[in-house]
Amino acid sequence: MQQVSQTCNGLCRAIPVWVVYLLGFAPFVWLLIQLFTYQLGVDPVKVLEHEFGKVGLQFIVGGIVITPLRNWTGINLLKFRRAIGVLAFFYVLAHLLVWLVLDIQLLWGEILTDIFKRPYITIGMFGFLIMAPLALTSNNTSVKKMGAMSWRKLHKLTYLAAPAAAIHYVMVVKGWQIEPLIYLAIVGVLLIARIKLKQRNRSAARV
Amino acid sequence: MRFKPDLTWADVTPKADFLNRRQLMKGAAAMGIGSIGGATMASANAPASIYSTDEEPNTLEEISSYNNFYEFGTGKDEPAEHAYRLTTSPWTVEIDGLVDNPGMYDLNDILSQVTIEERIYRFRCVEAWSMVVPWNGFELRQLLERVGVQSSAKYVAFETLVRPDEMLWQNYDILEWPYREGLRLDEAMNPLTIMATGLYGEELPKQNGAPMRLVVPWKYGFKSIKSIVKISLTEEEPETSWNMQNAREYGFYSNVNPEVSHPRWSQASERRIGGGFFATRQPTQMFNGYEQYVASMYDGMDLSENF
Ligand code: HEM
Repeated sequence: MQQVSQTCNGLCRAIPVWVVYLLGFAPFVWLLIQLFTYQLGVDPVKVLEHEFGKVGLQFIVGGIVITPLRNWTGINLLKFRRAIGVLAFFYVLAHLLVWLVLDIQLLWGEILTDIFKRPYITIGMFGFLIMAPLALTSNNTSVKKMGAMSWRKLHKLTYLAAPAAAIHYVMVVKGWQIEPLIYLAIVGVLLIARIKLKQRNRSAARV
Repeated sequence: MRFKPDLTWADVTPKADFLNRRQLMKGAAAMGIGSIGGATMASANAPASIYSTDEEPNTLEEISSYNNFYEFGTGKDEPAEHAYRLTTSPWTVEIDGLVDNPGMYDLNDILSQVTIEERIYRFRCVEAWSMVVPWNGFELRQLLERVGVQSSAKYVAFETLVRPDEMLWQNYDILEWPYREGLRLDEAMNPLTIMATGLYGEELPKQNGAPMRLVVPWKYGFKSIKSIVKISLTEEEPETSWNMQNAREYGFYSNVNPEVSHPRWSQASERRIGGGFFATRQPTQMFNGYEQYVASMYDGMDLSENF
């Protein structure tokens, strides 16, 4: 295990962060290519809406997996966490914009009712509103301005955004579908792992 | 008019007529004479129903590649990919309950006793998208009259085939199988209510519910149950699948109604599939635009209670 993690960490050091951004935007570019070549079926708006939401959720999971991964396996991807978080926000923003502009088409009456009356949208919006300040402060200037402590505190909000996003997905689909439940389970396990870690660190600090 | 079972759909309505008819409709629409266009079409193509809309139908590709048929997957494109596994011939429909002539009816036998016609209907999904579909089918009341509905019957219950080795998603508990739907007897006898067996003059694609499915155009799409193998006449309101899954969201009636909100989707407007990437939403009509034919059935009912 140690060997594996050392090789991984060696590789990570060699990979510049922009590579992660490049790879992260690949699904976006790929979807646009499919859109312009008419490969998204008869309802491209829904496909974009769903795919952006899905990829956004995947990056959210990718963001909260990093700390437990380091603790469990020694693989350290901390260097890429900011990029992953920013990418997550990018896709969630795209998801929201597709909904606003192409799906509900800026019918503000319907938009407001949806946000306040439809629980799955309320929760999705909650997730988005939490992620916005995190994305805006994902730069070194903000870290300096805020001070590392309060910056870290703010970014703990990720642990609220992640379950909100996963629950939103479970509520969106009709019937009992497996995929959203798998995401919810993964987020649940990662959150519990995070809480356990924190407790352990605390008791360790006391000793 | 009666059609022998050995006639194919192409015999009933040649494809050329359909192509013609689409052009005619386009022409008529361009000249802004929808209703006159409708009259012309009647002569161009024998059975033009008064119940058909003169709106431009969606293409066969759109209608057969964007489906909700959870027995073949939950994605819109999955039924088109997986429904080929379904064996649709031979096909028998069990008719039981409060009828004079219960029994197993072969589909060919059913079709030999009914009149197939074309009905171009608006189709409105509860998910707030819609299409216009040129179905071929027969009025359900013809079948019900043939089997003899007893006077105590108040409802009609329908069931979809259960065959998990062909309908692979039936191996998962997405819903409780079989898929079930039901209508009040007067709804079932309404001339708008048809059993569809074809699309664009061709055999019904499997992903659209071959070989025979219900079409109730003033209700949300999920009421129009597909690949029917059982029809029961009952005294009690039958259980229906989506209502069983989530009674708060899906009522027994599920009439299209822009004023009755749904916990997931606003029902005030809809997106017409096929209108292009920037197609504007259009307002949803009461009873999906079939108010004149169906509203009287619900006189005195509170439609927000009985949603
Ligand atoms: C926390 C960020 C969010 C994430 C990770 C997320 C993720 C998702 C996912 C995975 C889906 C389902 C895709 C599928 O079925 O394949 C979805 C659907 C949807 N989301 Fe979000 N979402 C978020 C925020 C929002 C927000 C802020 C809104 C609007 C205010 C929104 C509106 C919708 C809508 C309308 C659907 C589709 C419903 C339908 O199919 O009719 N989401 N989202």
